[in-house]
Amino acid sequence: MADVLLKTEGISKEFSSVRVLHDISVEIRTGEILGIIGENGAGKSTFLKIVSGIYTPTEGRLLLDGEEVSIRTPAEAKAAGVSLVPQEFNLVADLSIYENVFLGNELRTGAGFLDKKEMIRRTAEVLASLEVQVSPLARIDALNVAQKQMVEIAKALAFDARLLIMDEPTTVLTRHEIDLLFGRMRALKARGVTLIYISHKLREVKEIADRVMILRDGAFVCLEDTAQLGIDEMARRMVGRELSQIFPAKRTGGDEVALRVRDLTVPGVIEGVTFDLRKGEILGFAGLGGSGRTEVAETILGVRHASRGIVEVEGKPVAIQGPPDAVRAGIGYLSEDRQGSGILTSHELLKNVSLVSLGKYLRGGLISARQERAAAQGYVQQFAVRTPGIDTRLEFLSGGNQQKISLAKSLDPGPRVLIVDEPTRGVDIAAKRDIYRFVHELAGRGVSLIFISSELEEVIGMCSRVLVMRGGRIVGQLEGERITEEEIMFYATGVKEES
Amino acid sequence: MAVALPATPTLLARLRRYNYAPLAAALALFVISALSSPYFLQPQNLLNILRQVSYTGIIALGMTFVIIGGGIDLSVGSMMAVVGALTITVLNRVGGDVGGGSGAIAVAALASIAFGGLLGLANGVTITKGKIAPFIVTLGTFAIFRSQALYWGDAGEFRSTSAAFGEMGQGTILGLPTPVWVWLLLAGGLNVLLNNTRYGRHVCAVGSNERVAQYAAIGVDRIRMLTYVIVGGMVGVSAVLNTARLNSLSSTNFGLNYELDAIAAVIIGGTPMTGGRGSIWGTVVGAIILGMISNWLNMVGISPYLQGTVKGLVIILAVFIQRIM
Repeated sequence: MADVLLKTEGISKEFSSVRVLHDISVEIRTGEILGIIGENGAGKSTFLKIVSGIYTPTEGRLLLDGEEVSIRTPAEAKAAGVSLVPQEFNLVADLSIYENVFLGNELRTGAGFLDKKEMIRRTAEVLASLEVQVSPLARIDALNVAQKQMVEIAKALAFDARLLIMDEPTTVLTRHEIDLLFGRMRALKARGVTLIYISHKLREVKEIADRVMILRDGAFVCLEDTAQLGIDEMARRMVGRELSQIFPAKRTGGDEVALRVRDLTVPGVIEGVTFDLRKGEILGFAGLGGSGRTEVAETILGVRHASRGIVEVEGKPVAIQGPPDAVRAGIGYLSEDRQGSGILTSHELLKNVSLVSLGKYLRGGLISARQERAAAQGYVQQFAVRTPGIDTRLEFLSGGNQQKISLAKSLDPGPRVLIVDEPTRGVDIAAKRDIYRFVHELAGRGVSLIFISSELEEVIGMCSRVLVMRGGRIVGQLEGERITEEEIMFYATGVKEES
Repeated sequence: MAVALPATPTLLARLRRYNYAPLAAALALFVISALSSPYFLQPQNLLNILRQVSYTGIIALGMTFVIIGGGIDLSVGSMMAVVGALTITVLNRVGGDVGGGSGAIAVAALASIAFGGLLGLANGVTITKGKIAPFIVTLGTFAIFRSQALYWGDAGEFRSTSAAFGEMGQGTILGLPTPVWVWLLLAGGLNVLLNNTRYGRHVCAVGSNERVAQYAAIGVDRIRMLTYVIVGGMVGVSAVLNTARLNSLSSTNFGLNYELDAIAAVIIGGTPMTGGRGSIWGTVVGAIILGMISNWLNMVGISPYLQGTVKGLVIILAVFIQRIM
């Protein structure tokens, strides 16, 4: 049996009494590459954040070299030899590589000045060991993505990391860059560094990891040698759960086409997107993060500008230069990024509901407070929003209630086509069920919906037809019995592709 | 589960939502001033305070829109000089040697407001279409407008030949100075524009979160641009009233530091620098607070050179109080 570097004993994590990680006990061996896979929300990120000191566990212990350690801050983690290479780079673009590598841990000479010479020398050493051909003096903003990734790794190695945790490191890399990264990971492993590799891409996990740990709904599923586990089996174990009764009966659309999209292309973002949305249909869009689902929605809404392609609403072509054109054409959008582009948290509930549809409430150029208030009141009741009142600012409501108001805002203009993007992100199960019911009712009233979600369970539960995206293209279409989590994952991860 | 709610907010809720801190500060200053000097409460003194703050107060109304929309306009003082120069030039040209009557005054006033609006539009277009920070653009036009006024007047005075214009500037209606009437009427109108129209709501949305506004099908650039047109128009109105007061203007110091007083009035009135919300009546109260402070400093005999220190401290204090509240 190999040496154990890090052992977790009964690690659990709760956020405001919601348990997101249950009782994880694993042993991570010195010099192995451990893959961690799971769906969104499975607890991967929470687990790695605990190990790297960003979160403290609610329960459980961490043992490093057999001794209990309490890692409470990233600095403590670094001192213990644990480093995280985050999914989003954490580099200061205006500084050089060596300045970034030593950021916060600058070396100083006896006189108290920066010891640039030594920092540059050590940075050059680390870069050379990673076979990166750039000067330690190069500025970060002059580097390409793969080089930035290497700088993140160099940051960890400059401080003798023994455990290197990489969160989705290949999302932004090309196949060639991935090969280089894997080569360097193997070299690090040969030097005795332990690596944790988190990814959605099962093929890559299969390729690089010695062992793979699977998490589902915050719980441990299994930890096995990668050699023992096929990609299909990984996908199955990642998802394998019964669909509960929270979804209403499925609905199929009519024959009429509500939204026709042909060859929609935004260079470098989405490519040749073509589909029909039928009247009263709930059409699912599945795919991994970054696969282009949201970008399709944003292009139809006019936030992004298509270089070519046709969008028709109920048979009429619409020229969409910006969101006002889309709204006029009867298209609504519920944003995936609630606080970033969905609602105004510092504004009252009332003003959010009428944000898009304010024109409806004008009487002689002035807003009719009575009608506006009545409408807001109506949504609060219809959607069972828990709020002290309609004059409450949204920042004081829970995520689920904010989401219901965001939905009300998208619905109030009376769209004929509604795109809901991650409609249940960050909301509790009761609010989820409410949202599923409203979406279902809307379809029943003849509104045609595009349902974008990373939660496969809800795509399967809600949609009669599912399009799967990968790399900005629609790579698969599933209907009826074929809509299963495994099938979706096959297309989303590139195991299968329709021509 | 829905919560039963009254259809309209209670009086208490309304009071809470209304930012009453500036009003309380104004009342406190009023009491302090009244106790400091018996002269303070004399009607002539109170009217003087109002008249003095009305010129920057009018600009501050427009500035409120700019700041709520997430911008800033540093050019208003210089703009005032160049617009005022136009006011007098047009008045003299139209009125001729005999001096302008009410017709010439009307033409000059309309031309000034239009010119102010146009200069505001120039600021707004450069900011939104050029995607340059408002601070930078208006810092640039701050220098440009002043230099244009100086060049035009050869760093000297513009003098009106119209007697009626000067009378209008000094005049009162029902005992209240004319510029104060104009100020309060404009405040009433702009208060409705801010709170009861689609445009006002959209200004708040854009200032609160531009991305949300964009996704909500709001024409973000147009909304922003118009805030600068509004403040430009207000500069036009203020320039007419202010040149009428003196019946002349000096291209070197007309409107000097007005941008500071206008921005200070907005901030003291409770509109946050970060935008997204704000209050027109708060700005009116903010301008009056500034006027009362100057008046009080004069009454108790503090050196006029120290007025800037006190004003500066009050602005910082106002923002500090907003932050901790």
